[in-house]
Amino acid sequence: MEAQPRPSAPKSVKEIPAVTIRFVGDSGDGMQLTGLEFTRATAIAGNDLQTFPDYPAEIRAPAGTLPGVSGFQIHFSSEPVFTPGDQPDVLVVMNPAALKTNLKDLVAGGTLIVNTGAFIDTNLQKAGYKVNPLTDGSLASYKTHEVDITKLTELALKDSGLNAKEVGRAKNMFALGMMLWMYGRPTEPTMRYLKEKFSTKPDILAGNEKALQAGYNYGETAELFGVTYQVKRAAITPGAYRNVTGNEATAWGILAATKLSGINGFLGSYPITPASDILHELSKHKHWGFTSFQAEDEIAAMCAAIGAAFGGTLAFTTSSGPGIALKQEAIGLALMTELPVVIINVQRGGPSTGLPTKTEQADLLQAIYGRNGESPVPVIAASSPSDCFDATLEAARLAVKYMTPVFLLTDGYIANGQEPWLIPDVKALKPIEVRFRSDPNNFFAYQRDQTTLARDWVRPGTPGLEHRIGGLEKDKLTGGVSYDAENHDTMVRLRAEKVARIAQDIPPTQVHGAPEGDVLVVGWGGTHGAIFTAVSQLRAKGKAVSSVHLRHLNPLPPDLGTLMKRFKTVVVPELNLGQLVKLLRSTHLVDAKSINKVQGKPFKVSELVSRIGEFC
Amino acid sequence: MTTPAKLTKKDFQSDMDPRWCPGCGDYSILAQMQTVLPDLGIPRENFVFVSGIGCSSRFPYYMNTYGFHTIHGRAPAIATGLKMSRPDLSVWVVTGDGDALSIGGNHFIHMMRRNVDLKVLLFNNRIYGLTKGQYSPTSELGKMTKSTPSGSIDAPFNPLSVALGANASFVARSVDVDPKHLQATLLRAAKHKGTAFIEVLQNCNVFNDGAWEHLTEKSVKDSAQVKLEHGKPLVFAKGTKGVRLNGFTPEVVTLGQDGVTEKDLLVHDEKASPSRSMLLAELLGPHFPTPIGVFRAVERPVHHELDQAQLAAAREKKGTGDLHKLLHAGDTWTVS
Ligand code: SF4
Repeated sequence: MEAQPRPSAPKSVKEIPAVTIRFVGDSGDGMQLTGLEFTRATAIAGNDLQTFPDYPAEIRAPAGTLPGVSGFQIHFSSEPVFTPGDQPDVLVVMNPAALKTNLKDLVAGGTLIVNTGAFIDTNLQKAGYKVNPLTDGSLASYKTHEVDITKLTELALKDSGLNAKEVGRAKNMFALGMMLWMYGRPTEPTMRYLKEKFSTKPDILAGNEKALQAGYNYGETAELFGVTYQVKRAAITPGAYRNVTGNEATAWGILAATKLSGINGFLGSYPITPASDILHELSKHKHWGFTSFQAEDEIAAMCAAIGAAFGGTLAFTTSSGPGIALKQEAIGLALMTELPVVIINVQRGGPSTGLPTKTEQADLLQAIYGRNGESPVPVIAASSPSDCFDATLEAARLAVKYMTPVFLLTDGYIANGQEPWLIPDVKALKPIEVRFRSDPNNFFAYQRDQTTLARDWVRPGTPGLEHRIGGLEKDKLTGGVSYDAENHDTMVRLRAEKVARIAQDIPPTQVHGAPEGDVLVVGWGGTHGAIFTAVSQLRAKGKAVSSVHLRHLNPLPPDLGTLMKRFKTVVVPELNLGQLVKLLRSTHLVDAKSINKVQGKPFKVSELVSRIGEFC
Repeated sequence: MTTPAKLTKKDFQSDMDPRWCPGCGDYSILAQMQTVLPDLGIPRENFVFVSGIGCSSRFPYYMNTYGFHTIHGRAPAIATGLKMSRPDLSVWVVTGDGDALSIGGNHFIHMMRRNVDLKVLLFNNRIYGLTKGQYSPTSELGKMTKSTPSGSIDAPFNPLSVALGANASFVARSVDVDPKHLQATLLRAAKHKGTAFIEVLQNCNVFNDGAWEHLTEKSVKDSAQVKLEHGKPLVFAKGTKGVRLNGFTPEVVTLGQDGVTEKDLLVHDEKASPSRSMLLAELLGPHFPTPIGVFRAVERPVHHELDQAQLAAAREKKGTGDLHKLLHAGDTWTVS
């Protein structure tokens, strides 16, 4: 869609290649909605973009306080974009607490748009300001635009019949309208959205539309803004696009996997931040014949998935670190009984309850090693919001092909982050091959396929194949209980070998940059965007640095060892204290170096540029 | 198509020899199960036995059906996932007092409140047998075991009260040494729609021998047990005694004494309110006879039927799932 024509020519239009905007306000101010709507308009305008929401950890922190601040950041550009931006160039601030907590992130000399109407004594006090920062000169180094959004919204909705509270809640639409105008974005997508959302509340709909339009008009007529900005369309692959968050892409990946496998799907889950949205999304699609089950606890969620897998259903469980810790015994049962279950861990800050709403990559070793006994489980990771779709399909495919539980690691950052997604051609998606055994001749429950070492999947209800499985060690052929020493040794090695053979399914590792050089950066998971961008920037400066990003973490890609040898130094940035680096060092005897950060936040491109730069 | 030959007890015996201690009450329970299943008219391949951990949980290995020996306490959760995804199967859960009421307590109650269509046998021997003799959540206060040498200080659970408290729709008690009664109870449970819970009083002759002797010994049996029959008064001791309600308080009365007749007695009603069933569950020796039989059998919505109904209603309204439509729903835009 084209931008709507401006009713009158703007004062001046400045073309910029990229911008990062952060909307911040009280959690009651509707900043997430503002951000999402701005994103929608920006995507439709043809920019490449990434976003990141930042919710308060507390559900109902008192209004106006520092813990109650909610933010949404969007980075958009005429060039490809892989991260939501290190630092905002523009900060839209709805109250003093939001200014207090976010000003430090604004780039030097950046643009500040402030709702002055909220800078009243009580709010200033709640934010811990002794003097009003708008009047004490402390903002002098920024391009500050003061707009009384509160009052202007009240004026615009004077005759709307809405009460004071409803009017107050519309001020985010005013702010959005202003920002849409400033970046030459149309208001129609938001208008459409509002019509859908408030279809049964015509008063509220009219009020929000009015506020949005008033904000837009204000931008145009007020003397305040000297310029508007234009970020040109990015050169992106043609096709149909949509915005998608990691959790949405994961849920749709689950549904797609059931379609591609031709069998019913089952999710056993228990609410946990930041994974619950996958459960919510799947619960909406009952017409797919998909059963989503909110269990009584994490253990039951995993166990129900195992029961469903035993019944011949494509089974999933979704959780985050603390929940995974509870599921581990049952995951051991799934690997012992060799049943396919996909376990999705949307990682968050740990240990223990940790930082539920913040991101981290510290559950890699938990996934690979966190069970009793020799208990190999394949582990893969998604690298971006939209990649969660493909990664989910891959996890499901491996699970049924190798008859094993499979871990998929995502994280809070990509789960909640949003990016435009070139919607895949459904017909081009590879089917997931599922075969149930029905032949009772020469049936042994633990007989294996010679290539994959997978045992047969048998649905209860199949005549002549009645058999018993369980968590006790199995006889290598019959699957019956066996305490035999030699047999145990064989089985432990078989289970390890089966997972190791997944390496034959891993495609050649793609190198970003030259295939040899000074530094190879090895990353995994949600850090892809930051690493990719940082390495591109370093290469542009002439550094001999390349990067690879791993989808498969257990087993590792078979070509990784030789690849690493072609570089003088291997550097592994991770949002933990060095977990992949341990695997690389122990598996390949390389002196890999670590770059770590554990602040509940993703890497900034700039910090990776400087820290990787130290090695080249 | 020829009608398949009727199954026999032998068809349900697996090739694995039971490995319980000689004299263990589990043998009888297994035998009664194998006797009853052929009468249900369900093909053998549609039975699944799911168990947890403990002596009782070896049960599936000895049944020539599909079976899953899972992990400690989790059988109800695994069986719930199985039943939800495969409503066509007849799913049985075999558990013990430790497995169901200690480590698996949470799954046990949630299975019942949901009314998942599972048949659940709890072998209650009031001891941990497999781990060689620690007190269990049904061991009596003061019980001396390896882990409680000075006597247990934990009051026991009454499994029936727990089940009734969780709103189980079918609750029964039977005894390992009463084959006829056990068979009849298994049959009733099999035919119930929803969670059917049976506590089987079981003797662990190695670690807790005689735990139920005060109820099951031939000489005391008649006066220590009262058999519950729907619509019949609570009469025991060969018809000489009965249980009467005095207000809300039950009391034992002698028939013929002080003009007491059967008309004065409490009449058993399987469909009565849970508090009535609870009152029966709380009748305990030595002052009262222990009720044996079906305490409660009511109909209420069955979990997988509710689930399937939702799936069907959604399909009716929206058609079957379409991946292309799903991915293109909402705001999309085309870059050319
Ligand atoms: S320990 Fe007790 S319950 Fe277990 S098999 Fe032996 S007698 Fe039976």
